[in-house]
Amino acid sequence: MWHNFSRLFRYRGLIQTLVVRDLKARYRGSVLGYFWSFVNPLLLLGIYSFVFATIMKSDDVKTQPYAVFMFCGILPWTWFSSSLLESSASLIAGGNLIKKVLFPAEVLPIVSVFSNMVHFAFGLPILAGFMLYYGHTPLLSNFVWFPVVVLVQLILTIAFALLVSALTVHFRDLRDLLANVLTLWFFATPIIYPYFREGVVQYKHIFRWNPVYHLIVSYQESLFFGGRFGHGPWLLLLGGLSVVFFFAAYWIFDRLRDSFAEVV
Amino acid sequence: MAATPAISLTHVSKVYRRFGGHQFATLKSAFLQRSILRDLQPRETFQALDDVSFDVPTGSTFAVIGRNGSGKSTALKLVAGITKPTSGTVHVEGRISALIELGAGFHPEISGRENVFINGIMLGLTKREIQERFDAIVEFAEMKEFIDAPVKTYSSGMYMRLGFAVAIHVDPEVLLVDEVLAVGDEGFTHKCLDKFAEFKRRGKTILLVTHSLGLVERFCDDAVWLDHGKKLAQGDPKRVIGAYLIDVESAEEGYLAKEDAKTQEEVAVAEPVRADGSVEHGPVSPEPAGEADVRAEAEPKNMFKADEGRWGSGGVAITGVTLRSASGEVGHVFHTGDEVAIEIGLKADRPHDDFVFGVAMFNTEGTCVYGTNTDIEKYVAGELSGEGIVRFVIESLDLVEGTYKLDVAVHKKDGAPYDYHRLLYTFRVKSRTKDAGIYRPKHHWEFSPTVKLTRTDE
Repeated sequence: MWHNFSRLFRYRGLIQTLVVRDLKARYRGSVLGYFWSFVNPLLLLGIYSFVFATIMKSDDVKTQPYAVFMFCGILPWTWFSSSLLESSASLIAGGNLIKKVLFPAEVLPIVSVFSNMVHFAFGLPILAGFMLYYGHTPLLSNFVWFPVVVLVQLILTIAFALLVSALTVHFRDLRDLLANVLTLWFFATPIIYPYFREGVVQYKHIFRWNPVYHLIVSYQESLFFGGRFGHGPWLLLLGGLSVVFFFAAYWIFDRLRDSFAEVV
Repeated sequence: MAATPAISLTHVSKVYRRFGGHQFATLKSAFLQRSILRDLQPRETFQALDDVSFDVPTGSTFAVIGRNGSGKSTALKLVAGITKPTSGTVHVEGRISALIELGAGFHPEISGRENVFINGIMLGLTKREIQERFDAIVEFAEMKEFIDAPVKTYSSGMYMRLGFAVAIHVDPEVLLVDEVLAVGDEGFTHKCLDKFAEFKRRGKTILLVTHSLGLVERFCDDAVWLDHGKKLAQGDPKRVIGAYLIDVESAEEGYLAKEDAKTQEEVAVAEPVRADGSVEHGPVSPEPAGEADVRAEAEPKNMFKADEGRWGSGGVAITGVTLRSASGEVGHVFHTGDEVAIEIGLKADRPHDDFVFGVAMFNTEGTCVYGTNTDIEKYVAGELSGEGIVRFVIESLDLVEGTYKLDVAVHKKDGAPYDYHRLLYTFRVKSRTKDAGIYRPKHHWEFSPTVKLTRTDE
């Protein structure tokens, strides 16, 4: 495992190339091209703000402007959920490579995570634009946590992606299952509602087991809510556990690796 | 032999696990029946390689030959490191490039240029290295005009050529080739061979998996023959190929014998063909509908272009056709120049005085190579009653290599058939000379003293 793991670092050039290829290929032939990376989150935001700020209006003053609040959670969530969905299919889609070329299989799910991270990054200027529009500026002392949150999410997402991709090879229906689990997960995470809502606080001890809960709350504290960055210790704990989880997932992936070329 | 072999396989076995019905085993059922652990255990295994050992010396060109499913490609995948051996060790010295799947990982939506870079990086090159070799790659693939078009617009030949060009420009120490020489036209194939020769000259090691035995003979220093995962022979390519060909021949003989046994059985148990001239189908008749008009006229309009079948009035029935070698053994594979007898068993329902025996040979294109009958050859029918045997003896089977089918018939002098067996019997001719055509006249060459040639095979 350690041998393979050290090799992984050497593949950064390959990962980078494949991420670029993914992005290029995705919009090739479409009229708007890369612009879609901006349009997609914009449209998503439009829909959600219409539903939650106009139809199901919340009068909680702390979550105003609501569009900005929600966007802080939706952007990282989209990164997380799309990464998992894509990586669950990545090994099967890349079957030709795994079977016919000496190719490090773990590169495929990792590429899914990184290319979705790029989309996440494309969404950030939109978020910034909205903040300017609403005149909402995050506290600098909180904003410095932002890169930390991104890093923790990256590690956690890669860990999940490795695990999901390896298991999907053997259990194809994990993909469909995953889509539904992610829907449930979305609503179980304080993205469209604030974490200090009554119903959430009441079940805090259950919510705490959700790793994405800590990520999203950290994003919201770092970008949206004023006041002290209170979630720091939780975030660091999650970061530590993510690293452990990552190695565990990598170990499982490595154990199943030899079966890929035969089962895919 | 060099001090350290470039590739060495030591007691390598590979067992493929067949996960029983795994595609249908769902996670839900796995949990419900608590069978998740059991499902991950293989139910059936398939031994692709069984205790195979061989060394490929550095700088040699080494061939792996064998029939389909003999484990050749598995051996290559093990050497490439794509799969791991179940037991034993595989050791490879130096950078490998595998020409196994060409253009694997090409993305259809993006241009050939970008794909060359991505493919190169996948194969272990750096961006700089690809940059340096890019022109050579494109030129080798003969793709200059199309390199900026998306790969999805490429023809399969262009796709393979580009894949081949990238893989070969990785400049490996060890090159693995799996039956990929069929990627281009004649010219491109020559270029590939030249490239291999260049590799050889530069002291690189090539491991070649192929069915093209001529290539092995011309090109390789050493060959190993795998069959059903076991190593059967290793050594000088000529010798190994010889052993392999003998085995293939006996397998073909076995196959043809089985086919023939089926035909014989059909012929033997067939009810005497009805007197109204309706048709008994041959066992392998591919298109029964097409014989509707055959039925009406009792024989096809075009005798040179008919499907297999059997027809006739049935007064005299052909009960069996066998091919025998000079020593009297029944066989289906013969060599050019052999003596072969076509033995026809007959049974007449009552004494007949109007009968002609005919035999014709067709090659796979359906061309009649030779046909004759006793009437043409001025035999006059006397009497035929009860059972009998007719032998058509070919003193020297002067045919080129290939598969041939036989027409055997007994009919009246005016052509009305008693029993006509069309293309029901198959035999194969093997030849050491790869000459072409449909007929091999007995021949030899003569040269005046100023023209000097020597024969190599004698």
